[in-house]
Amino acid sequence: MDVALATAWLRAAAGSVTAEADLLTRLDAAIGDGDHGVNMRRGFTAVVTVLDGTEFTAVGDVFVRAGATLISKVGGASGPLYGSAFRAFGKALPPGARADLPGLAGALHAGLEAVRKLGGAQPGDKTMVDAYQPALTAFEEAVAGGAALPEAAAGAARAAGDGARATTSLTARKGRASYLGERSAGHQDPGATSTWLIFQALADVTAP
Amino acid sequence: MKKFINDPADVVTEALAGLAAAHPDLRVDTAEQYVARADAPRPGKVALVSGGGSGHEPLHGGFVGAGMLDAACPGEVFTSPVPDQILAATKAVDGGAGVVHVVKNYTGDVMNFQLAAELAADEGIAVETVLVDDDVAVENSTWTAGRRGTGATLLVEKIAGALAEEGGKLGEVAAIGREVNAASASFAYALTAGTTPAAGRPGFELPDDEIEAGVGIHGEPGRRRERLRPARELVRSALDVILEAQPLDRGERVIVLVNGLGGTPLIELYLIYGEVATVLAERGVEISRRLVGNYVTSLDMAGMSITVTRVTDEMIRLWDAPVRTPGLRWGA
Repeated sequence: MDVALATAWLRAAAGSVTAEADLLTRLDAAIGDGDHGVNMRRGFTAVVTVLDGTEFTAVGDVFVRAGATLISKVGGASGPLYGSAFRAFGKALPPGARADLPGLAGALHAGLEAVRKLGGAQPGDKTMVDAYQPALTAFEEAVAGGAALPEAAAGAARAAGDGARATTSLTARKGRASYLGERSAGHQDPGATSTWLIFQALADVTAP
Repeated sequence: MKKFINDPADVVTEALAGLAAAHPDLRVDTAEQYVARADAPRPGKVALVSGGGSGHEPLHGGFVGAGMLDAACPGEVFTSPVPDQILAATKAVDGGAGVVHVVKNYTGDVMNFQLAAELAADEGIAVETVLVDDDVAVENSTWTAGRRGTGATLLVEKIAGALAEEGGKLGEVAAIGREVNAASASFAYALTAGTTPAAGRPGFELPDDEIEAGVGIHGEPGRRRERLRPARELVRSALDVILEAQPLDRGERVIVLVNGLGGTPLIELYLIYGEVATVLAERGVEISRRLVGNYVTSLDMAGMSITVTRVTDEMIRLWDAPVRTPGLRWGA
């Protein structure tokens, strides 16, 4: 992954969360407070503005800046969580203009660790971790099996989508949805859904 | 949706501009998005900074002023403020004696204030955090994000703010804030959901004869739906939950807050206060002070919350101390 692909991924993610903002908000209204779409759109719009105005030489810096922007603009829990994930991802990437596949896998792992450290969520708590964890596993397995980036990204996106859909039957144990207890079951988690959109954006921009 | 707004995206900024215009004794930084006392920083005084999503007015911006908060950081509607904003407010009001962050226990507020406190510490500002989690509607708190901060936030900000105003040290101000929180329990009912300007429709739908028991102040649904019953019965049920979580012996003294959630008229809030007074009198609990009105709201939600705080002589003395803010004003 080089700087151009990194920025293309973030722009695609911005386009996707903007296009699906109503869906994210609707999912959030069911079990949260109905602002996830608006907040993600505001944050990623700000990320695109930063990308437009900055020349990057190191690929990791793209994500560090994106993460800092999300922390500054989104608010709620998703700002610090996505912001920390992208910052940790960017900081863990190898220095320089390009990152190879093992470097990307390691950085994805660092991003998930940042989310879990800040939010304290475990798999099965009905959070973004339930999309991120399977996506990471799929990505790592694809890389270990010798796959190229398009294939690894497509596998990660599929796993994130499956993980997001599987949150429907779960009972929330973190965040605002946890106040609903068993009533949170039957609704797909908005955070897991936005995580899926971000992985899908990577698959889309790397697809041959 | 029918609201007196211009553009949903501008509501928070434009309301801040209006607050500034209405209250010249506040300093409103619309760029950094915080509200501060015009005379801040006050050298040697512990500063109190709070904040949270907008839509709960007068909380928190309306509680900035002498005897209460030094600054408040309003986030987007129902969305916690961001760390930059909290850091800017913290730096603006730090008088060298440290800053107390009053934080309601929601995942987003906790994370953003934590990040801001770390940034402030990097700049040499001592920050103590008081977490408010009085909403006893939340059950099984080990399996959730924990009890939520609601009505007791006002009591924490008033009583800790009074101690800071009279020269309390950082540790003392934080300690009494934590004591007030630990001595408080709240429970809320909603008749309707609030509508955020961005979403444009209510956060949830309730049939005409149903209410949401244990509702939170962000329109998040509560612990269960129930049939609407007479206020007398609802108040008894709420106090049962409150007094189970916060048992009170005969002769103990409390401050009671009967709080409207934004869309319930005062006539109903006073009716509810009357029921609360009756039940507590039966139990031999003395209501030393009380407050009835819309203080910790949820936009236009029709609903109310009851907060009961067990108080000491010191807390009553600090409650009675002068306060001069847009939302709370006496003795000054």
